[in-house]
Amino acid sequence: MKEIRLHGRGGQGAVTAASILAVAGFADGKFTQAFPTFGVERRGAPVTAFVRIDDKFIRRRDEVYNPDILLVLDSSLFKVVDVTGGAKKGALVIINTTGKPEDYKLPGFDVKCIDATKEAFAVLGRDIVNTAMLGAFAAYTGLVRKDAIHGAVKEQFSSDLADKNIKLVDQVYEKAKN
Amino acid sequence: MEASHAISEAVKMIKPDVIAAYPITPQTHIVERLSEYVANGEIGAEYIRVESEFAAISACLGAEATGVRAYTSTSSQGLALMFEVLFIVSGMRLPIGMTVVNRALSAPINIWNDHQDSMSCRDSGWLQLYAETAQECFDLTVMQYKISENKDVLLPSMVGLDGFTLSHVYEPFFIPEQKEIDDFLPEYVPTHAILEPEQPLTLGPIGFPSHYMELRKTQVDAMEGSLKVIEKVFKEYSEKFPAQIKGTRPETYYHIEEYKMDDAQVAFVAIGSVCGSIKDVIDVLRSKGEKVGLVKIVTYRPFPMEALKKSLKNVKKIAVVEKALSPGANGPVFEEICSLLFEAKSDAEVRNFIVGLGGRDVKLDHIQKIFDMAKKGAGKKQEWMF
Amino acid sequence: MKKQRIDYGSLKSKIGNVEVTTGAVLESTGSTSKTKTGAWRSLRPLVDDKKCIGCGRCWTYCPEGCVHKKAEKVFQVDYDYCKGCGICANECPVKAITMVMEEK
Repeated sequence: MKEIRLHGRGGQGAVTAASILAVAGFADGKFTQAFPTFGVERRGAPVTAFVRIDDKFIRRRDEVYNPDILLVLDSSLFKVVDVTGGAKKGALVIINTTGKPEDYKLPGFDVKCIDATKEAFAVLGRDIVNTAMLGAFAAYTGLVRKDAIHGAVKEQFSSDLADKNIKLVDQVYEKAKN
Repeated sequence: MEASHAISEAVKMIKPDVIAAYPITPQTHIVERLSEYVANGEIGAEYIRVESEFAAISACLGAEATGVRAYTSTSSQGLALMFEVLFIVSGMRLPIGMTVVNRALSAPINIWNDHQDSMSCRDSGWLQLYAETAQECFDLTVMQYKISENKDVLLPSMVGLDGFTLSHVYEPFFIPEQKEIDDFLPEYVPTHAILEPEQPLTLGPIGFPSHYMELRKTQVDAMEGSLKVIEKVFKEYSEKFPAQIKGTRPETYYHIEEYKMDDAQVAFVAIGSVCGSIKDVIDVLRSKGEKVGLVKIVTYRPFPMEALKKSLKNVKKIAVVEKALSPGANGPVFEEICSLLFEAKSDAEVRNFIVGLGGRDVKLDHIQKIFDMAKKGAGKKQEWMF
Repeated sequence: MKKQRIDYGSLKSKIGNVEVTTGAVLESTGSTSKTKTGAWRSLRPLVDDKKCIGCGRCWTYCPEGCVHKKAEKVFQVDYDYCKGCGICANECPVKAITMVMEEK
């Protein structure tokens, strides 16, 4: 089982990203489970969401304490919450940032950096980075195929918005691959 | 899809005539979706916008009294506000279907999951079924109407699912074809409550001391008799709609679901979504040679006394894991398990573990610890797993 | 939506010697019209036709619906059902109604 924890701020779409990932993973033939931490939602507040991916139905219903993968939608969260808390040794940490892995001083973790905000602005015209980060997720982990994410994005958004988000996924995917 | 949406889908497919609900966290996703369906014309139901849960259940009562199918859903304080009317609905034998998205009660105010809300309504004369997964949410919602509307039952029913912990979880579930659901659950044919001008009648009259006890007795008899109906409906549904996604539901629904109970010496007894985590811990314990199992209670009202007696017959230690309490006594499920073990002349050691109140995450560590404590025996009757 | 007739016989059951119906449903026997509640009355409303202006307030306010409108501006008390509550007398703007002792 792979456990993923998403860190974002209210309004960035971390919870939606988790559900898109779950739908995509299921379409890819895997079993998935996604859920947010259930707080009192407000824009800008730190938000956490979880995804589990396995090859059989996922029964456990506790939160993710020891993630294999961290998806950080907002790098300023490192100053606010213990982003890597409990993460497995060697866990993959994907950060939305203009910085470089060495800036974050996270020994023992496999850190990847991508400037998702820039890409999101270019395509969507606003800083909702969830789908961009899923492009990076597909590229870095290979756990979910890019096409499956396309499908899940189509299910989530109306056609116009879906097309833009699919373009965004592709752009970030290509960028991360290179 | 979310487990909440499994419920909305099921409600859409059972074709209710009237939906009356007041939104409350964490039930909102269910009724939001339903109101969209009504607005789009995907459901032909009348959606009655109400000013409170008291009005919601009262509107359902009125609708059902005219002989149509009604649905409502609520949580926590909302259910508490319905309390008075719950007894009227069951006393009038109106087969209303309700979803309770289980949430803690105030004070202090808390929007997260436990079972205090529906457990406090266990004596209201409503059937209570509890779901562990999104698939079970869907299936039980369809089945609750078939059970409630059975002419030998005619009692309202609640399906409970854990707020957030299940309701807001995306996980796979299977939706059968509408035609097959129609086959399984035909249109409701009322037999006693049909309010209409051409056929004047009195509903909800005064029950004088000369008749009240007898009327209550028929209600209790119907509840007891519903055990057989539930069993039959569970079986019929399980055969008509075989499990499609392995692990998302029992192969054949029954009042209880036994997990690795064949040779179990130590048993968990629990309700709802926490059972999934318990099953995972049992697998780990079994791999270490521990003879441990789980009895999940699906039907809580009527209480499946005989099924539980049979299942717990040879067990030596029992851990009743509960998300509810009765201050001044032990947990409600614990008390009832003790009473049936007494009847069965069992000498099993039973302990009550209070977990997950107000949304406290029930970790696998908690469950492991409960096993250790239950196996060791002795100690306090009631333990709180903080 | 198919409506069907209620088969009251099928709703009956017996607990001991007491017969009850499912959900305590009772067939209407028209008992409301058979029970002449006028017999309960100790005060009777008397209308002075000379004072009456035919405003219809008594007809509006009667809680038992037993002031009947006979024609435009003509109202009549139904003594079979009037319980003698006196609300009509109280509401009458020209004091045309007086409550007098019923002679039994």
